[in-house]
Amino acid sequence: MQEYKWPYANEVGEKEEAACDVLVLGGGLAGCFAAIAAARKGKSVILVEKGKTEHSGSAGTGFDHWESACTNPCSEVTPEEIAWAYVHEQDGYSNGIAHYIECREGYDRLLDLESFGGKIRDTEDEFTGAAFRDEKTKLMFAYDYKNRFTLRVWGSTFKPALVKAMKKLGVKIYDRTEATALLTTVENGRKRGVGAMGMDVRTGKFRIFRAKTTVLTMSRPARVWLFNSDTVGLCEFRPLQSIGSGHAMGYRAGMEFTMMEKSVRAEFSAAGRSFPPYGAGNNHNTWYAATMVDARGVEIPYVDRDGNELKTVLERYMPAKGQKFFLKGGVIDNPKYEYRGPETLDFEELIKRGYTLPFYADLSRMPEEERRVIWGVMVGEEGKTKIPILENYTKRGFDPQKHMLQSYGTGWQSANFLEQERQLFGAPGGIMHDWDLKTNIDGIYAAGDQLYASDCAGFACATGYYAGRKAAEQAEHSTLSEYAVSQVEAEMERLYAPLYADKANGVSWKELNMAIAKAMQNYCGGVKCDALLREGLDLLQSYKKDIVPRLTCENPHDLMRTHEVLDILTVSELILNACLLRRESSQPLCFKRTDSSQMEKQGKHIVIRMEDGEIRSREVSLDFFGDLKTEYEKQNADYIYEKQNADYIKEVAGLEEL
Amino acid sequence: MKNFDKKEFSVHPVGCSTMPIYYDESLCIGCNRCADTCQCDILLPNPEKGKPPIVMYPGECYYCGACVMVCPRKGAITLEHPLMNQAKFVPSIPQKNIFEEK
Repeated sequence: MQEYKWPYANEVGEKEEAACDVLVLGGGLAGCFAAIAAARKGKSVILVEKGKTEHSGSAGTGFDHWESACTNPCSEVTPEEIAWAYVHEQDGYSNGIAHYIECREGYDRLLDLESFGGKIRDTEDEFTGAAFRDEKTKLMFAYDYKNRFTLRVWGSTFKPALVKAMKKLGVKIYDRTEATALLTTVENGRKRGVGAMGMDVRTGKFRIFRAKTTVLTMSRPARVWLFNSDTVGLCEFRPLQSIGSGHAMGYRAGMEFTMMEKSVRAEFSAAGRSFPPYGAGNNHNTWYAATMVDARGVEIPYVDRDGNELKTVLERYMPAKGQKFFLKGGVIDNPKYEYRGPETLDFEELIKRGYTLPFYADLSRMPEEERRVIWGVMVGEEGKTKIPILENYTKRGFDPQKHMLQSYGTGWQSANFLEQERQLFGAPGGIMHDWDLKTNIDGIYAAGDQLYASDCAGFACATGYYAGRKAAEQAEHSTLSEYAVSQVEAEMERLYAPLYADKANGVSWKELNMAIAKAMQNYCGGVKCDALLREGLDLLQSYKKDIVPRLTCENPHDLMRTHEVLDILTVSELILNACLLRRESSQPLCFKRTDSSQMEKQGKHIVIRMEDGEIRSREVSLDFFGDLKTEYEKQNADYIYEKQNADYIKEVAGLEEL
Repeated sequence: MKNFDKKEFSVHPVGCSTMPIYYDESLCIGCNRCADTCQCDILLPNPEKGKPPIVMYPGECYYCGACVMVCPRKGAITLEHPLMNQAKFVPSIPQKNIFEEK
């Protein structure tokens, strides 16, 4: 095999220190908005990103719809209605605080994106007259056309626009830098974040970032149960490099997590039992509400929540008689009756009525604007669709006016996973936080997918901005704290160890990831019991003791991948421990125990953290956040005032124009 | 503090069963925009100036399309999902379209 010279400098062992007011770890949507919020408050900001911020994160190459924009001028719902609906829909295991922030401030972030150069409305009048378009504002809506709180947007324009905006505001961006550990100290008896450490993933240089406050926005864990060593990049739905390092470093530092015992049967892994997201015929999410037909070409009926067949395409986008609004989107799969929207008939019912597999999505039977908006805007602007789906299928000859696209298996998901093949999906667990989105470690905030029960792009942007704002406020009244040199020394040693391990006896990161995934499938699969979970922990302990010291790598790229798997190992321990703490089965958490016949009657958060190697936990009631509107307004008088002021100035400017 | 000596790095293409990215050498100008942008850092600049980057870690591609999106020469890069992921499409079956009111 051809050997190449490493094209970048070798800076292993070299150290560089930088300082700022607010440090943001992770450069996806949440991180960018956190940085922007803090910079707007006049703070010096450093943002650290493992990839390249211009196209990094889940929305790196786009996203197509923005949920819960309840304050957009066409919305017929209030932030309270939608935020509480999410809480009820998820039986209280929802992030009320974060969802309310999304509902209340999400549209402000969309306007920010527009001011940075992103496209949020049909400025070219490509869809004039369409049922989903508002003619005055040119905003376009998805799902519920009556209540208009989900927007169709041109998300492929967003990340480059955010990078430009950050540069303008003086945010210092460290691309190709993997944050690996938090720097903490104890002040007045309380643990406090004072920065972070990491390394350049091309040169190996060690970096120390000192900060008054820190915001964690490093996505959620992945590759815990699903791993394919051949096509690693296709194992999961979210990007390869988003594997939960933020969770791992938080857990190692004593951060509190909740709902980490929740995992669901996998839905997406293009390395195996499913297709590339949005790349097979379906009628959900990006493809909602495509016309579906069976093998004979007979149309599959859509029904409302009462089972009434819908006659027109437009009715698929309308609430049922007597229903105020319906919920659909990223984490809403099969909602309660109260929020259930139009859906195709159940598979069993279809088979009973003589419908034949395979099914297809057939856009040719839809009104022209609906076809064009699904194939061309939604498929195209959604992440990972512009090139690998829209462009490639078009090249292969797919024409939505003439062709129908096959669905696989028995439903729209085109996926067929086993029960033990699991994913952190559908509002999974994450960091526990207060109304400031602050963690239990003073000075450290979190946003986006690192929060528990997170979901989509609007959630990431809104919570990112909010956390950045709060981190800036605390930085205003803080000074830079010293860190212990011993923390740096220990982290350098931990980071570089695989470069120096004995190669002859070495183990690769792929072998360890394979072993962890198999362990988690065996001991933390569809059913749980104490004995199995403890076996799992034992096995992971043995990997830590015997295998981790044998990990080897050849260069900084491999070193980055190796540390990702070490973080997967940490997160797997966190998940097993969280499972052990929950004593009863819980339907909303998809958590099933065989050694307890109890089904939880009253849900509760079981909050977990690690302190000095010991597991600590506490219980928190599901409604700990109080009344959403009251508490939000108590905490955010300044933001509300600034917004009213800005609206007033706009109004006056408008009057002057007249 | 411990000394970390600078051992020489080595790198070689890590093969896998699929090849996500092809370059058309007649179009590629070797600007390395794709290598600079790739989130997974699977592309390394070619030691020969002006040549397409080396697809060093093809198995780590997550098929986001950023490389193609930033490429200044249309057609220089082809990004394609593995064969098993090429969903099938067929001509629509003509049927009276009840939504033909448009």
